[in-house]
Parts: sequence; structure tokens; C-alpha cells
Amino acid sequence: MQALKQVVRVGIADLNIAKVPETIRTSGLGSCVGVVLYDEKKKIAGLLHVMLPDSSLGKSDKINMAKFADTGIYALMEALKAEGVRPLALKAKIAGGAQMFQFGSSDTTRIGPRNVEAVKKELSRLSIPIVAEDTGGSSGRTIEFDPATSILSIRTVNAGTHEI
Amino acid sequence: MNTNNPITDMHLDVLKEIGNIGAAHAATSLSQLLGRKIDMHVPNVRLVSFDDMFEMAGGSEKIVAGIYLRIEGDLSGSMFFVLPIESANHFIQRLIGDESFHFNQHPIPEMGVSAMQELGNILSGSYLSALSDFTGLNIYPTVPSLSVDMVGAIVSFGLIEVSQYSDEVIVINTRIQEEDEDGSSSVDGHFFLMPDPPSYLTIFRSLGVL
Repeated sequence: MQALKQVVRVGIADLNIAKVPETIRTSGLGSCVGVVLYDEKKKIAGLLHVMLPDSSLGKSDKINMAKFADTGIYALMEALKAEGVRPLALKAKIAGGAQMFQFGSSDTTRIGPRNVEAVKKELSRLSIPIVAEDTGGSSGRTIEFDPATSILSIRTVNAGTHEI
Repeated sequence: MNTNNPITDMHLDVLKEIGNIGAAHAATSLSQLLGRKIDMHVPNVRLVSFDDMFEMAGGSEKIVAGIYLRIEGDLSGSMFFVLPIESANHFIQRLIGDESFHFNQHPIPEMGVSAMQELGNILSGSYLSALSDFTGLNIYPTVPSLSVDMVGAIVSFGLIEVSQYSDEVIVINTRIQEEDEDGSSSVDGHFFLMPDPPSYLTIFRSLGVL
């Protein structure tokens, strides 16, 4: 009999870690970007739900590291390291960064693409390869990653579910 | 007051009061438009986390028709008019007199998109003019934009401004309900007003509660 799979949920501007047999999921990504960092051999994965591209946009004293691409990816990597994962073993899959509405100040309207650019820049800086991505467009996404198979399932309203 | 200062219950009560004034005006406009009695009221004004904000709108993954617009002028902020798909269908079918209209069609027929945006215009216009009269502030809405998608994907777009200041947002939550003859509610939607944090000060000062 198959054991019931535990799903670790990640909220907006949040991060968490899942190990086999758990899966990890975040829902309703619009302009936000979901970043999965995983170790294929150790079958462990972290998921980050990025809201803004850069922590320099933060206008308060205390910052939530998981909100920004730069600090969030760093924090996720540190959390995985604490679980014994070597940074060199890490790979990434990313999804999200849609443009949900076509108006607003140009900065806000382009927040999706800017988030994607910022995530890619930070992953490149940390030498973490992006194995697969499903970014851009104008649809929301719910994503779930299974550390056992390293497959990222992506569900959209109009196109159903596909895997990368 | 900087935006890191705690918002008190008194502040939230004041926002609820002005929200109810806006809601009453918007309900009148909507009732006239549809020829049916529509009830709009503000059940609560709360300082909530972003995830809780999605819960208020039905949950991050719930599929809704969402109208988004910005408010500009002396105040800035975001407004959402969020209807579950069934409620949106019901409204628009009645408005355009076409029972076959459905938001699940892809692409959505232009007529329905226009009607939905017009609903957004009328609601936000009457709501904001009441707010403007009451506070003496100049407030006007931008052109509304429609998206049919998951709550999280739609509403998070309006949190981008707020998220630069905080991980919590003040939401003036207006409930929209229509009672049918048999007492059931065929429309159950929400209208959210989220001022940008720098505007909190402007609102409270205009109302003399600072």
C-alpha cells in the first residue's frame, strides 16, 4: 500500500524544505516566481515563493528574506546546507513571473519579468544551473515538486497540468 | 506617524466606517444597474498577512473573475472586485441578456469582458466618490483591467506596492451579496480596497484621527 504523501505548503514570500516521501507545493503564483532548489541524490528540495526582485526595494527596517529574489535564494540555500546538502549538488527549476494585468506603473506591470530576471541572475551568481523553467505568459500557476522524481508539476487555469 | 507604527483598532474602525459609506453608494449603483437589490457591507477591516488576504478572497487557488484598478490622486492604493466564476457569470448574463455567456470560454467573449470592466468602473466610481466626499481628498480610479485566474495570482499583483513596506496589509473588505426570492444568495463577491502604506497617514489626517 502506498503511504499517503505529505505535502509541505509554502505561502507567499515564504520558503520551506521537503524530503522524500514529502512533496512541496505553492499555489497561485502570478507575477511571483517559485524557485525550487534540489539535490537529486539526497532527494531533498527547497521551495521559495519570491514576490519582489531585489531586497533594495524593501522600505522597512526588518526584512523578510523570503520575499526577495536575492535574499530568498540565499536563505533557501543556507537552509538546505543546514540539512547537509552541498551547494555544488544543487539544481534549480523555476516557474511563474506572469504578467497578470496589462496596465499600472511600468515598474509594477513588469514585476513578473523582473522577478524572473532577478532569480536567474542570483542563481547564476551562485552557479546553480537551471534545469527547467516555465516562466512569463499571463496565467497564474500552482506548482508542486516531488523530490523523489525531481519533477515539477505546473497547473494553470486554461492549460491544465504539465510537468517539467 | 511612519508606516512602521502600530495601527490601532480605532484606526481600523474609522476605515470600516468610511468603507461602509463607500459600500452603500456602490450598492445603490449596482442595484439600479441590475434592477435587483444588492447588499454591500464591510464585515471587517483588518491588518492581515498576504496569505490571509487570499483566504478572505476564497483561497489562493480559487478561480475568480478579478477586476483590478489603481486609485490615484491624494491617495494611492489598489482595488479589487473579486467574484467567484459562477457569480460573475450570473451578473454578466443578466447584464448583457445572454444566458449562454460563460467566463470559462477561452478567449472570453469581448462583450462579457467589457461588461465586467464596466461593472468595475461603476462600483469603484461610486465607492470612491463617496470616499472622496467624506474625506475631502481627491481620489480617482484608473481604467479597470480583468483577469480570470487564481485568487493568489490576481490579488498578489495588488500587494506589490504594500510588500515593499510590510508583510501585512490593511484590507477594507466589502462583501457583495444578492438575495434571491428563496433566500439563497446567487452572488457572493468581494470588493477590496488596499491603500498603499504612505496613504494611511493621508487618510487618518483627513479624518482627524491622527
